[in-house]
Amino acid sequence: MLEAYPDNRLARILLWGFSALVMAFLMLPTLVVVPLSFSVSDLLEFPPRAYSLRWYENFFGSATWMAGLRTSLILGTLTAMVAVPLALLACISMNRLGGKAASAIQGVLLAPSIVPGILLAIGLFFVLAAQGLVGTLFGVLVGHVVLAIPVACIVLLPALARFDWNQVQAARSLGAGWATAVGGIIVPQLRISFLSATLMAFLTSLDESVISIFVASGHNSTLPKLMFLSLRDQIDPTIAAISTLWTAIVVVVVLIVTLRQKS
Amino acid sequence: MTVTAVDPGLAADARRERRFFLALSLPALFIVGLAAMLPILWIIRQSFLTTGGEYTVGNYEKVLSSGLTWSALITTVELSLGTLAVCILLGTPLALALASARPRMANLLMAFVMLPLWTSILVRTYGWLVLLRREGLVNAALTGSGLTAEPLPLVYNFTGTLIGMIHYMLPLFLLPVYAAMRDIDANLVRAAASMGATLGQVIRTVVLPLSAGGIFSGSTIVFIYTIGFFITPAVLGGGKVNPLSIRIERTLSTFQDWGSASVLGILLLVLMALIGVMFLAARRLMARNKVGAAHA
Repeated sequence: MLEAYPDNRLARILLWGFSALVMAFLMLPTLVVVPLSFSVSDLLEFPPRAYSLRWYENFFGSATWMAGLRTSLILGTLTAMVAVPLALLACISMNRLGGKAASAIQGVLLAPSIVPGILLAIGLFFVLAAQGLVGTLFGVLVGHVVLAIPVACIVLLPALARFDWNQVQAARSLGAGWATAVGGIIVPQLRISFLSATLMAFLTSLDESVISIFVASGHNSTLPKLMFLSLRDQIDPTIAAISTLWTAIVVVVVLIVTLRQKS
Repeated sequence: MTVTAVDPGLAADARRERRFFLALSLPALFIVGLAAMLPILWIIRQSFLTTGGEYTVGNYEKVLSSGLTWSALITTVELSLGTLAVCILLGTPLALALASARPRMANLLMAFVMLPLWTSILVRTYGWLVLLRREGLVNAALTGSGLTAEPLPLVYNFTGTLIGMIHYMLPLFLLPVYAAMRDIDANLVRAAASMGATLGQVIRTVVLPLSAGGIFSGSTIVFIYTIGFFITPAVLGGGKVNPLSIRIERTLSTFQDWGSASVLGILLLVLMALIGVMFLAARRLMARNKVGAAHA
């Protein structure tokens, strides 16, 4: 954009120097935990004096952490399994209806993503408490599904807009039911978007902490809830190991999603 | 195309199909109603209940007459405004640099910028704890280089909370600003340059006005998110920073006072609504000015 100013060296250097600092600020906290997770000592010294896998062993050897990991993985899978089909149906509905009806549906479905998490969390806590469901997996699941639906819709809506509906008309005129049309034509053609939506819904649940903190308890505590409780008490290097694993997984997932979308 | 009006059979078919498509979104709408709308309504109901379950306005009297509530409100607004100010200061030049880079380079750098967006908030909060604590990396660098004699209190206070929140919001602020700057027609900059505008003048009179919409969207996002931030103040605030979200949690879990916690929740909703109205009004004003400028 600024190529009309090729000889303004000083401004360019200042702008890029400043930008480099801001980018360092953005990346630093994620990167700094990686070496610490391999440290041998629990003093969080930097750079570590000696390296070990001690904190990873600590994580994988702890019954509490493993239970949290298990809960989070189950919850993420269930969230994706419930949220993505619901979002797909809603997106088909919005795409076909169009106009005011579609905007209204979209408004309702996207609303939970702008309501502060703490409000959803305590409201859900009250509702579940009235039903005696606080601490159950079900309670956290509905909370996560509501947060994952908008995320899945954002991926699926543009994909459906590009979809050629004549194919469905053709299939229907040849006697296919709606279920066959959706399962046999729409889903296979949108498989990349469908896969992205599934991964994003899974990540949304895996990453969610506030609802989990208020609604999950006991053996249904999620990994983020356990991390939060541990962070409040002390700076345990086990968290550095979890953080490193976490970042590695997320980077791999995001790479897969972006590369597949490009190809 | 008035076929539907002519043929009653086709019109009925069209209506049936519309009903069918509406029905497809019902499951999703139902679960949003169950797990998002109902909880908010429940907070409103709970705010009028005593611990015994009788109706009262006592919760409102108690919460609104407490100095803690008002200082929480002020802290909430201070954190939001502080985050917004720094996001604008850091994010706008970064967006400008990225928008002026070659597309390949810009995409690569954007991936780096988005990395924190994809890491768990707990991972990032932990990273900041490690960096900012008394014996942390930042203090070691500061005292080691002789910039400060004593380690600075950078975490478990307002500063630490603000740093954590800025770090969370900056990529989200950057996205709309970057998009707006990317869309600016490079010919406009070239035209201004050929007429002798300096780089500073181009940025002030061409780039910034044309990306005002993006900066505005980014600011809205910052406000909506920061108003209810919980994890960052809870961990990096060390009990000393108490915005509304923290007061809600403490009232609920420490004092088991569901009624007062609900009143605080409603206060948060009202604050959000107020800010929403303000931003809408501002946007309308901006749109009107733009129309006026076009006519002038």
